[in-house]
Amino acid sequence: MASPASDFPGRAQRITALKDALEKRVLVLDGAMGTMIQRHKLDEAGYRGARFTSHPKDVKGNNDLLILSQPKIILDIHRAYLDAGADIIETNTFSSTSIAQADYGMEALVYELNYEGAKLARQACDEYTAKTPNKPRFVAGSIGPTNRTASISPDVNDPGYRNVTFDELRKAFREQVEALVAGGADLLLAETIIDTLNAKACLFAIDEFLDESGIRLPVMISGTITDQSGRILSGQTAEAFWNSLRHVKPLSIGLNCALGAAQLRPYVAELSRVADVMVSAYPNAGLPNAFGEYDEEPHTTAQHVGGWAKDGLVNIVGGCCGTTPDHIRAICESVVGVKPRKPPQQPTAMRLSGLEPFQLAS
Amino acid sequence: MSDVTSGDTPAPRTAIFVNVGERTNVTGSAKFKKLILAGDFEAALDVARQQVENGAQIIDINMDEAMLDSEAAMVKFLNLIAAEPDISRVPVMIDSSKWSVIEAGLKCVQGKPIVNSISMKEGVDAFIAQAKKVRRYGAAVVVMAFDEKGQADTEERKVEICTKSYKILTEQVGFPPEDIIFDPNIFAIATGIEEHNNYGIDFINATRRIKATLPHCHISGGVSNVSFSFRGNEQVREAMHSVFLYHAIKAGMDMGIVNAGQLAVYEDIPTELRDAAEDVILNRRPDATDRMLEIAEKYKAGAGAAKVADLTWRNADVNKRLAHALVNGITDYIDADTEEARAAAEARGGRPLEVIEGPLMDGMNIVGDLFGAGKMFLPQVVKSARVMKKSVAYLIPFIEEEKARNAALGIVDASKNNGKILMATVKGDVHDIGKNIVGVVLQCNNYEVVDMGVMVSCAKILETAREVKADIIGLSGLITPSLDEMAYVAREMEREGFKIPLLIGGATTSKVHTAVKIAPGYSQSTIYVPDASRAVGVAGQLMSATNRDAYAADIKAEYAKMREAHARQQQGKKRQSVAAARDNRVKIDWKAHTPEKPLTMGLTVFEDYDLAELTRTIDWTPFFQTWELAGVYPAILDDAVVGKTARNLYNDAQAMLQRLVGEKWLTARAVIGFWPANAVGDDIEIYTDASRTKVLTTIHELRQQMVRDNTRANMCLADFIAPKDSGVADYIGGFAVTAGIGIEKKVAEFERDHDDYNSILVKALADRLAEAFAERMHQRVRKEFWGYAGDEKLSNVELIAEKYRGIRPAPGYPACPDHTEKALLWKLLDADINAGITLTDSFAMWPAAAVSGFYFAHPAVEYFGVGKIERDQVEDYARRKNMTVSEVERWLASSLNYDPGSAA
Repeated sequence: MASPASDFPGRAQRITALKDALEKRVLVLDGAMGTMIQRHKLDEAGYRGARFTSHPKDVKGNNDLLILSQPKIILDIHRAYLDAGADIIETNTFSSTSIAQADYGMEALVYELNYEGAKLARQACDEYTAKTPNKPRFVAGSIGPTNRTASISPDVNDPGYRNVTFDELRKAFREQVEALVAGGADLLLAETIIDTLNAKACLFAIDEFLDESGIRLPVMISGTITDQSGRILSGQTAEAFWNSLRHVKPLSIGLNCALGAAQLRPYVAELSRVADVMVSAYPNAGLPNAFGEYDEEPHTTAQHVGGWAKDGLVNIVGGCCGTTPDHIRAICESVVGVKPRKPPQQPTAMRLSGLEPFQLAS
Repeated sequence: MSDVTSGDTPAPRTAIFVNVGERTNVTGSAKFKKLILAGDFEAALDVARQQVENGAQIIDINMDEAMLDSEAAMVKFLNLIAAEPDISRVPVMIDSSKWSVIEAGLKCVQGKPIVNSISMKEGVDAFIAQAKKVRRYGAAVVVMAFDEKGQADTEERKVEICTKSYKILTEQVGFPPEDIIFDPNIFAIATGIEEHNNYGIDFINATRRIKATLPHCHISGGVSNVSFSFRGNEQVREAMHSVFLYHAIKAGMDMGIVNAGQLAVYEDIPTELRDAAEDVILNRRPDATDRMLEIAEKYKAGAGAAKVADLTWRNADVNKRLAHALVNGITDYIDADTEEARAAAEARGGRPLEVIEGPLMDGMNIVGDLFGAGKMFLPQVVKSARVMKKSVAYLIPFIEEEKARNAALGIVDASKNNGKILMATVKGDVHDIGKNIVGVVLQCNNYEVVDMGVMVSCAKILETAREVKADIIGLSGLITPSLDEMAYVAREMEREGFKIPLLIGGATTSKVHTAVKIAPGYSQSTIYVPDASRAVGVAGQLMSATNRDAYAADIKAEYAKMREAHARQQQGKKRQSVAAARDNRVKIDWKAHTPEKPLTMGLTVFEDYDLAELTRTIDWTPFFQTWELAGVYPAILDDAVVGKTARNLYNDAQAMLQRLVGEKWLTARAVIGFWPANAVGDDIEIYTDASRTKVLTTIHELRQQMVRDNTRANMCLADFIAPKDSGVADYIGGFAVTAGIGIEKKVAEFERDHDDYNSILVKALADRLAEAFAERMHQRVRKEFWGYAGDEKLSNVELIAEKYRGIRPAPGYPACPDHTEKALLWKLLDADINAGITLTDSFAMWPAAAVSGFYFAHPAVEYFGVGKIERDQVEDYARRKNMTVSEVERWLASSLNYDPGSAA
């Protein structure tokens, strides 16, 4: 077992600072990565950069690859969000698992993507922390759900079929997590969870890795309520989702993506009511318009998100699809001086779940 | 911003018991095993679905069968379940004696399951490794009392192994204690081997000790083992299971694998058999086994006979079967029997309606007669109605079809019933339990009931009454402003020239009120109906062509006499002037007692209060009153007359409570608040902060005006708050609690299923939970939030008897009868948002299962009634509230000592 001494320089202090900051104020995550990348209108050659000119498959749309092929673009996006006031920067590694990269034939690059992705975010955050030492900035290693689901069949005619198993997911996440941690992430963020079983595999891998390495670092969990049914894609309600994952004692539980702030509020409120840890929420910039674009104005998003903070529903906020540094700036302003939510103590009980929560008092 | 907190006291042990469904277990169900072995997973899914539909809260899945690839079967079945939301909504219990099967299962479920089971049988190291994995997969776990030496059989061994396991799990593995379920082994008793005799009591005693010493853990077991030696004798086995559970649950067992269909009702077991079962389970006498064997023979023979006897009614003709089902409230065969009766009617050229008018009405007449004679009670009648409604629901498509046929032929349908009664809870009021009960009872007596629901405006009631050609209108309401609304409906009926009788009912209504305030407005029959059992008689008289006129005349004469008597009484009741009453206020020495400052000033919000905690403090006596069963709980359960009905009702209520809490049908929310306050005259100023310079709200109180001798004061709530000019810093609190969030969904489900019984039951329980919540919150306020009685220690009985310091009067009730003050309370608490409770036009709370009020803490404060007040106080009050005198007179109509119509 590696000793905690092999841990990344300064991480332990930053984790302490992060926890202190959460006691005092509402922290802000960054906004969308994809929206900012789109502004560069990169073509196939742009995505390939100098290094991947001869890769056998098309790579346009593989945003994570830009960490290696266009690092300056990614670094500048991180800086733009830090400049807007974000406390926590997500690495550009949402799809950096062997399972998701298989589409591009880039499974072999996974370790490097995550390691370098964490380093870029680390570099940007350290620059800004140096400028404002009383406002330290943190790197969250972004872990997407992959493009496969462990509890939903891709074949409607064969509901028992699965195209990915728990163990395959666990191995893929393990590889990603190790590289993110080695690259200097301060915390890990399993986000946009559409299938709780995928998330359980991810958290299993994290728990196993941390246990074996002796490294301690916090984990944020963020699920995605896909529509107004109030359930995540795999069918669980928000409370059932929390019951499934609370055993890992995460730093925070929350929701992101799929809905705009206006639609997301009731589910954030539900999590806020049941979760005895921090609560995070970062919505899209409204719902997509007829052209599939997000056009909610920064002040509108900020008004909703600021309202959640003032009503004591959240501890960490930010933006997902369609949000920009302007959105994050407005959100930062909306939470200045707001007292952060105090997680409620819950009575001791055995809390189980299927798609719905179940509880037996102790 | 409000301080968001939640119920933070760890809930102590509860009697809530979870029955784990065992039919998807190849070792427990031959049928399921056959399906799985045959690869018929479709049908196997149906078994799981049925279990969930029948109320299983957790389903146990076991594929341990030698002929099976258990791992593959477990994975396949769990993956298939995941695609069936009707099944996968509940948690699963992954059950196997092989760790590899368990682990394969854990990789397939997104929810949080229970693993069944792990133990130390292969040593401590393997146990720790498995427990760590279970934890990492995010599951709860059943731990068998088993170690390398074998399964624990004695009390000592059970306790020793469980204690050791608990220590390892909580101290070395970091397993949350609330996710540990011990199975201390239920073994067969009465086997003829003496060492086995104590196994039952060993389990029960071990359970008690484990629960007492190992905090937060749970106890489970496979109950059917206990009676293994009586295989083939179902009646004896059922009795043993029931007796075993009765004692084990009391000792703390809170989960079990039990076939609910194989469980006798403890109270219904023949005494001789129950005693014998108790003797063997508790090992009370050395010859217990022999005696049980002796009796068992008898019940074995008897069991066969009893079963036949039980079902002899099935051999009778269909009409008798329908009657039997109605009288006994059995829905099991109702569709088949209804169909048989309908087909028979059709075969002889008759109509589907004849089934209703014939056998169903005959059956309901028997029910009506038994009810009238006091031989059946309300809960049973409501169950009978459920059978009736299901049968009618079955017939409706046939009746509609016939109607359509007849309409095409131009035939007008003349249905035969006793009359059509339109019922409604009046505008501004949301309470409907009583109205629904009356509706059911009337339907049982062949009245067609048109139920308009709650908060129905006068215009809508009258419009509908014309439209459906109602024969009678029945109005209901619970809060005092509804009295005024009812009087208004009566006057409108007069104005619009209605000729049909008007019935008045509901908790605050009375014969005097009806006679004095409502009847004079309407020239036709206006009659007060005290409860459901009288409703049929009254309706019968009113619909009878021969008796109607005489009956109406009698009532009119009786009410006229009451009015005269009332007027005479009023003259006798002298009041003193409000000025004199104020001189005779409660005199409190404010120097002698310094009001305690509440520990938690401002608002505290409870978003989701633990319902299980509230179930323990329910005051059951009013619950039985709702069902018109008179008596005090718990004595009522043994009452010679209504005991059996009360017990059945109580059992149904307990069963529903268990599901209600476990499945979270309802959410309990609350908001409380405390503020600096001082009295100014009869008003109470509530301040924004400790500087007491800015008034947040002023609430207004009323004072008793009865003529007093000088020993008693003319009380007013403001007397118990320190006057502003005393310079003493005093405080007041407020609260609003509800246990009814989410009830509409459940009620709608039951109503869709024609199940009035459960619909009324869930409402009655929600009401009880809300009351329990108010009581519990008041206790916590005294001890924690205001904190003036931190050392208070009272039993539930003493609490119900209100033996504590401080009161929580509600606006609209005797100490402060003005409902409009609730609006001020709402403004203070922001209760719409903070507790999800809204106010209607008449200041009724919605959801109806809600309680609100102010907290007063002075040691001298007590509940009192303001009684009738005089015009001088009303005029003064109107000035203070900035309302017109006539507005105040309307809201306080039932508190006036004068007729507002007459000159001053």
